[in-house]
Amino acid sequence: MAAGSKSIDHDDEGETRRDFLFLTAGSFGAVGAGVVAWPFVSSMNPAADTLALSTTEVPLDKIPKGQSITVMWQGKPVFVRHRTDKEIEEARAVNQAELSDKQDDSERIKENKDEWLVVVGICTHLGCVPVGQKTSQSKGEYGGWFCPCHGSHYDTSGRIRKGPAPKNLAVPPYEFLSDTLIKIG
Amino acid sequence: MMMRFALLFAVLVLMPVAGFAGGGETVKPPHHHWHFSGVNGTYDKAALQRGYKVYREVCASCHSMKQLSFRNLTDLGYDESQVKAIVGEYTVMDGPNDEGEMFERPARPSDQFPSPFENDKAAAYANGGALPPDLSLIIKARHHGPDYVHALLTGYKDAPHDAHLLEGQHWNKYMPGHVIAMAPPLSDGQVAYEDGSPDTVDQYASDVVQFLTWAGDPYMETRKRTGMKVIIFLLVFAGVMYGVKRKIWSDVH
Amino acid sequence: MGSGERVEFDNKVVNWIDERLPLFTLMQKEYGVFPTPRNFNYFWNFGAIAMFMLIAMIATGIFLAMNYTPHVDMAFDSVERIDRDVNWGWMLRDIHMNGGSFFFIAVYIHIFRGMYYGSYKKPRELLWILGVVIFLLMMATAFMGYVLPWGQMSYWGATVITNLFSAIPFVGDSIVTLLWGGFSIDNPTLNRFFALHYLMPFVILAVVFLHVWALHICGSNNPSGIEPKGKQDTLPFHPYYTMKDTFGLLVFLVIFCVFVFYAPDYLGHPDNYKEANALVTPAHIVPEWYFLPFYAILRAITFDIGIPFTEITIISAKLGGVISMFGSIGLLLILPWLDTHPIRSARYRPKYKFFLLVFLAVFCMLGYVGSQSADAVFFGLPMTLIGILCTTYYYGFFLVIIPWLNNTEKGKDLPKSIHDAVLKTEREKA
Repeated sequence: MAAGSKSIDHDDEGETRRDFLFLTAGSFGAVGAGVVAWPFVSSMNPAADTLALSTTEVPLDKIPKGQSITVMWQGKPVFVRHRTDKEIEEARAVNQAELSDKQDDSERIKENKDEWLVVVGICTHLGCVPVGQKTSQSKGEYGGWFCPCHGSHYDTSGRIRKGPAPKNLAVPPYEFLSDTLIKIG
Repeated sequence: MMMRFALLFAVLVLMPVAGFAGGGETVKPPHHHWHFSGVNGTYDKAALQRGYKVYREVCASCHSMKQLSFRNLTDLGYDESQVKAIVGEYTVMDGPNDEGEMFERPARPSDQFPSPFENDKAAAYANGGALPPDLSLIIKARHHGPDYVHALLTGYKDAPHDAHLLEGQHWNKYMPGHVIAMAPPLSDGQVAYEDGSPDTVDQYASDVVQFLTWAGDPYMETRKRTGMKVIIFLLVFAGVMYGVKRKIWSDVH
Repeated sequence: MGSGERVEFDNKVVNWIDERLPLFTLMQKEYGVFPTPRNFNYFWNFGAIAMFMLIAMIATGIFLAMNYTPHVDMAFDSVERIDRDVNWGWMLRDIHMNGGSFFFIAVYIHIFRGMYYGSYKKPRELLWILGVVIFLLMMATAFMGYVLPWGQMSYWGATVITNLFSAIPFVGDSIVTLLWGGFSIDNPTLNRFFALHYLMPFVILAVVFLHVWALHICGSNNPSGIEPKGKQDTLPFHPYYTMKDTFGLLVFLVIFCVFVFYAPDYLGHPDNYKEANALVTPAHIVPEWYFLPFYAILRAITFDIGIPFTEITIISAKLGGVISMFGSIGLLLILPWLDTHPIRSARYRPKYKFFLLVFLAVFCMLGYVGSQSADAVFFGLPMTLIGILCTTYYYGFFLVIIPWLNNTEKGKDLPKSIHDAVLKTEREKA
């Protein structure tokens, strides 16, 4: 490329002005290309209709104690478990020192709603869906969930207790609209 | 050379303008200057809200607007609580639930505008065989869309003596072929405006046209704003490039 | 490629790569110092502009495809979703929609440039033919792309155009069924059109590569139509033509952006905002504007051709129309052998120039005829008559006028070299 511009560099006075012009043109090109790239990248982010579907309402009145249901929220399974008194006690009684991702049970539920545990049903290891939702399924060694992919065990608060998963099952943002209705998202 | 090229370009671009013919006799609708017309035209939000009221109270009993959702109403200048209040007036069919049944539930902002009929066949059957078109894109789907729809809504006349109208047909100056199945939808005083705008057919028609234009082209304002920036950038860039080109070519000429 | 001497580069990394794969040498030879005639006018910008448009179409197309659903029940709504909900989706679609038109504008000007300055003549016949192949591929791609939004014009345009093949004797109906993958335009058709619409631009890109390769073998033609005779007639491609092309491209983009941002639907048809309906045909089916001249030629043949004074039909009106339409493009393919006049540029062939400009006018007129309904009237003359007259001139230009000019047109005296031609025009200006 140098060959072309060298051949025309013969008047020194015009050189500064020329350099300035070339520099300006170059920056315009660079800025233009950069700005044009943005809409393309941005178009791959969630669209407005996808974002609008980011809440799900779940009625709780049909979930008996000791059982759970799975609902879809943003295309992901969310586990809603109606915990028994025993399960709540187990969740509270854990020695924090034993946990790899230290969290108290009270941080993972809503105040005075101890019997309801809501977690995203996706193993924090590599994204499989743990088993333990149905009464017939294994709940793992800690009575919560068990991920069959790589053997992670979760307790009755959805915390990781054993296996390769690094973190507790995530708690999605949700609120109680009434005693028997929650809105996730 | 540039002149010749410009001429060629003009010919190529203008060709399709000529290419317009409709079914039956068409009358060109009178031209209006709309609030949204022109390079800087924007939507008049008060008119959009009035137009939405007209749509809701009059058009919506027959015409669906499937491409729109309640969440889009924030574009009309409503805040979130106002949208929620509007949404609260509707219920929608959802399901099936765990028992396999469809059920009604309160509408949410993410829901589409509910359609007045279950499906197109039901809509056509209820309207004497004439399917009321979906209005989401009606402005874009007609030549001279805004002018045409305004003219159509205000263009009902007594049929001339030689016109043959069947039962349930009406005469409209601007409908291609003049025969239309839709009865005159608007009458003076039909919709009560709260902002003191005149309760006239002309006002209703003009408001609903603005609402429908927005419905078909909700990104118009963003489009024009972006376009202004892009074109100014390109013009300045072209100016700089012209300087560069001249500098480089200066020793050749 | 790959043979010949390498260029030494100052940058060590560049040099290291270039020793192993001489990409930079290639760029330097073909786009850096490549000797290019010094007398190009702005008509010579349109090759680069067309190339830019192709890239822009592929880029926007790929991102649109990420949000498009090729199913008859969802295609129309998915396009509306792109317009309404996808971030910047409206802009990507407006660029793609109008980009098709502007790609054709650039290519039509590029083709006309070739005809005006005799760029198809020896030794550039293959270069020209590859160009016509690109044009044909573009038409196929554009046609299939127009079907994807699944509006009324998509559906009925597809119906009419695919039905052209039914005119082929004996196997026509089977071919149409094969194209449709069914007994009407339906989901299988939409699916395959989407697959092919995604594939074809890359085929075009490959043929463009061959087109550019062929160009760099024989070098560019130029407004004087005489080959460069030495260094004084050429300039290195960079920076002279890179900068000129960039300037021209930017001016073109300004006009393009006026359409994209201020009149995105101007070149489209309102009927395509109605969802496809197999039971209702629009009152007046028109293809996209860039097909109109050929559509007019198709419709010009409204009579059967048979043996005179008998009832025997050899070519039905339908087949005749199809043949004349494809033939009109076929003529471009053999143009290098129809026009054997030794002078290339119309600058030095006043008669050819006159007939070519009439041809241009006739071609535009055909576009107008194509846009009108069959029963329309133009200054008291039926549109069908104008259609057949223009079609006759189109064919006559290639098959009668050009061969006749080969033998009769003497032409003006050619300048001795490009350098002389440039000096002469400058003296005239002064």
